[in-house]
Amino acid sequence: MRAPGGPEVSVGDVLLSVDDVSLSFGGVKAVSNVSFDIHKGEIRAIIGPNGAGKTSMLNIINGFYHPQHGHITFKGKTRTRMQPHEAAYGGIARTFQNVALFRGMTALDNIMAGRSLKMHSNFFWQLLRHGPAMHEEVEHRHRVEEIIDFLKIQEIRRVPVGRLPYGLQKRVELGRALAMEPDLLLLDEPMAGMNLEEKEDMSRFVLDVNDHYGTTIALIEHDMGVVMDLSDRVVVLDHGIKIADGTPNEIKGNQAVIDAYLGVAH
Amino acid sequence: MHLIYQIFVDPFVQMGSAPDLLVQTLWEGLVAGVLYSLIALGFVLIFKASGVFNFAQGIMVVFAALTLVGFYEHGVPAYLALALTIAVMFGLAFAVERLMLRPLVNQPDIILFMATFGLTYFLIGFGELVFGGDPKVMIASQLGLPKGAVEFKMAGGFVSLQKIDIAAAIIASVMVAALAVFFQKTRVGRALRAVADSHKAALSVGISLEYIWVIVWFAAGLVALATGIMWGARSEVSFALEIIALKALPVLILGGFTSIPGAIIGGVIIGVGEKIGEFYWGPLLGSGIETWLAYVIALVFLLFRPQGLFGERIIERI
Amino acid sequence: MFYREVGQYKTNYSADMSVMPLLQDRVGIGIILFIAVVIIPSFGNAFFIQAIMIPFLVFSLAAIGLNLLTGYTGLLSLGTGAFMGVGAYACYKLTTYFPGVNILIWIVASGFFSAAVGVVFGLPSLRIKGFYLAVATLAAQFFLSWCFIRQPWFYNYNASGAIEVPTRTLFGIPITGATASDTARYYVVLGVVVAMTWLASNLVHGRIGRMWMAVRDMDLAAELIGIRLLRTKLLAFAVSSFYCGVAGALLVFQWYGSAEPAVFDVNLSFFILFMVIIGGLGSLTGSYLGAALIFILPIVLRYIPPHLGIPIRPATVDHIQYMIIGALIVLFLIVEPNGLARLWQIGKQKLRVWPFPY
Repeated sequence: MRAPGGPEVSVGDVLLSVDDVSLSFGGVKAVSNVSFDIHKGEIRAIIGPNGAGKTSMLNIINGFYHPQHGHITFKGKTRTRMQPHEAAYGGIARTFQNVALFRGMTALDNIMAGRSLKMHSNFFWQLLRHGPAMHEEVEHRHRVEEIIDFLKIQEIRRVPVGRLPYGLQKRVELGRALAMEPDLLLLDEPMAGMNLEEKEDMSRFVLDVNDHYGTTIALIEHDMGVVMDLSDRVVVLDHGIKIADGTPNEIKGNQAVIDAYLGVAH
Repeated sequence: MHLIYQIFVDPFVQMGSAPDLLVQTLWEGLVAGVLYSLIALGFVLIFKASGVFNFAQGIMVVFAALTLVGFYEHGVPAYLALALTIAVMFGLAFAVERLMLRPLVNQPDIILFMATFGLTYFLIGFGELVFGGDPKVMIASQLGLPKGAVEFKMAGGFVSLQKIDIAAAIIASVMVAALAVFFQKTRVGRALRAVADSHKAALSVGISLEYIWVIVWFAAGLVALATGIMWGARSEVSFALEIIALKALPVLILGGFTSIPGAIIGGVIIGVGEKIGEFYWGPLLGSGIETWLAYVIALVFLLFRPQGLFGERIIERI
Repeated sequence: MFYREVGQYKTNYSADMSVMPLLQDRVGIGIILFIAVVIIPSFGNAFFIQAIMIPFLVFSLAAIGLNLLTGYTGLLSLGTGAFMGVGAYACYKLTTYFPGVNILIWIVASGFFSAAVGVVFGLPSLRIKGFYLAVATLAAQFFLSWCFIRQPWFYNYNASGAIEVPTRTLFGIPITGATASDTARYYVVLGVVVAMTWLASNLVHGRIGRMWMAVRDMDLAAELIGIRLLRTKLLAFAVSSFYCGVAGALLVFQWYGSAEPAVFDVNLSFFILFMVIIGGLGSLTGSYLGAALIFILPIVLRYIPPHLGIPIRPATVDHIQYMIIGALIVLFLIVEPNGLARLWQIGKQKLRVWPFPY
């Protein structure tokens, strides 16, 4: 499952690189001169205390915020200003800290909405709901059902998502992101607000997405256990600056990281 | 070529050649603007304190004026009628809070907006039933409002300012100042601003929503009464006034939905813009452009500054 | 018990995704269509058809149009009356210039003019959201109303300022103008409205409906999954205005027979908006239910007191009508803010488990 367009990037190569990116809102510097890269096929964790700029970083990769300085290179193409839908078409999908599902629609419709960028039948056939339009609906429904099976949310297909418990909502949101067949999946605190059992389920899903679909994953997470177990490499931000970058074991012992989390003044 | 001349040169030549007319038109615009802003003020009050866009503000103006005149016509002396009308507006605020706002707490804004539509229709029917549909004369002089005009010569002609208009401007300014102070400096004002931000959060810190809403709708009712008196004194009191309330919308766009000074400034800009536009550019397009000019001005404004002159910038966090 | 879905299995996705998967729904629609096509024209009297059924259908179509924009896409519009007017006047001018072409073609074509105007006034929706957008649509409403009154070209320089519908035929039967019979006009309106409802239903159940609802629910997230906001919003304006335009043409050509510009004023916009809100935002069924309630209720109110023998002056009845409608709107919003459509859904749910309570 790979998004079309862009040069072939094989496993191990750099899929996305963030080069010297800085972002401020008025006087507040959210991100300052941060550089790191993400290799294809890996699970990259972005961690740091609250307010470190992690979500802002994801928003920049997504095209939602535009950095004042620096640029992003994705699949070999460098860009400074990118619109969110361009990121989507390029193969970047994302979930949100506060679940950003379409509350008026069912779980099935939400995930089908994720297929929007792959559906092209024209307006005339849509009016008739016949021919190419119907053919397309069925074909994409097959794909969506695969995702529903994968995430084990068959029973809640027709439930309006506003009525689902939080854990299931996060799963549906993951499904919607997967429906886009992204090259890079950005997960913003996917385990937030979950109990142990839900976290284990979600961790398994994240690992399966990476294994089964080969999707590269960038993940913001506060639970250290999850980060250590799931990720291949970790980048640590604090007050908008990168303070460490390496494998989980390297990070665990890094004094600067420990200081940042314990709040030692520096 | 001739058209360009007509649009961009002619009107200004006209303005220059008869400055007394220009001043007169400006004054008319200012007066209309003050009245628009009074209506807008009522909207701002309620919106600021409850997040509700009160479509019924226009009909409240008419209703207040009719009640006042109604009492007087039944033989009640002018000032007592005024006091009684104030009591009626309080009663209305109380009823609205009890019957409409309380059951609808926490509903999305559009539902509350539609509810004020229902209130409008109800008050129209009720008002016509009780007072009859004929236009009435406002008891301006009985309330001590001045009559006649002040005239002064200028630039070869003369300009005539109605005293009632001057009074209206003064009263409006006083009200705005008082309300601004009220919102910023008093405890109740702070509570009002809290409620406008979030009902749930305000409740959780112990602010009584019911009490706040009655106060704010009563305040809006007082503003409506003042507006009704002023409008009625200039022309007559009739249900046609209700549609004028829609004009307050462009005022709110310009001034921001939550800014009290913005309502005044927005009102003046719209009022002056309309009158000048109608007088000098109107004949070019066919008269009556007053009906839509304000909206187009507001629309152009929105394209460049979606939150209005004074409104708060809407920042969406994801 | 009556509405049980048990036993109705679908074995392929296209059956599962059909618009009416349940047999009971299909039977229900069949019955309704039968009543509409056969029973009503045969047994309904002229008053019923002319003053109730035709306008009900016309308003339902307008309500569907507005619902597509406001209910499905979340763009509040107060310009419905003006867009209906564009359709009506477009149809009038088209048939004036080309009287030989079948009027049905012009009724449908007038929708395209409305759609174009709708797109122009919808352009601000990229920058402006929510309530502010409603004010932009008000600008459209007042400007277009002014055009209809002040630009004599629209009403063929007629001295009265009103437009008079000429006689046009279909297969030799007059369907517009003074000679057209109620039944003929009824069938035309019924045909157009049913066909366009079917098309709207197809749209909202497919990709485009999902895109619209995504924009309504969270447009930032919609953008991030690849939905192009401006295109989607403009499409909503276009389709919605198309429907309103056709409704406007039908209103003048099949119901009134003539029109003054004041018909398409801001009160009409509010009228249709009430129908959509009371009927249910985001529901095609709701558009019909809302139109029925808002349009038929005043008529019922007007005729009940004389029937009950209560002596009331007509003016008083009017006032009481306003009061009752106003109070009903508030009451309705308190009891069921999602409108009649939701009540209908709850009703179906009860039918599913009847005679058990849950």
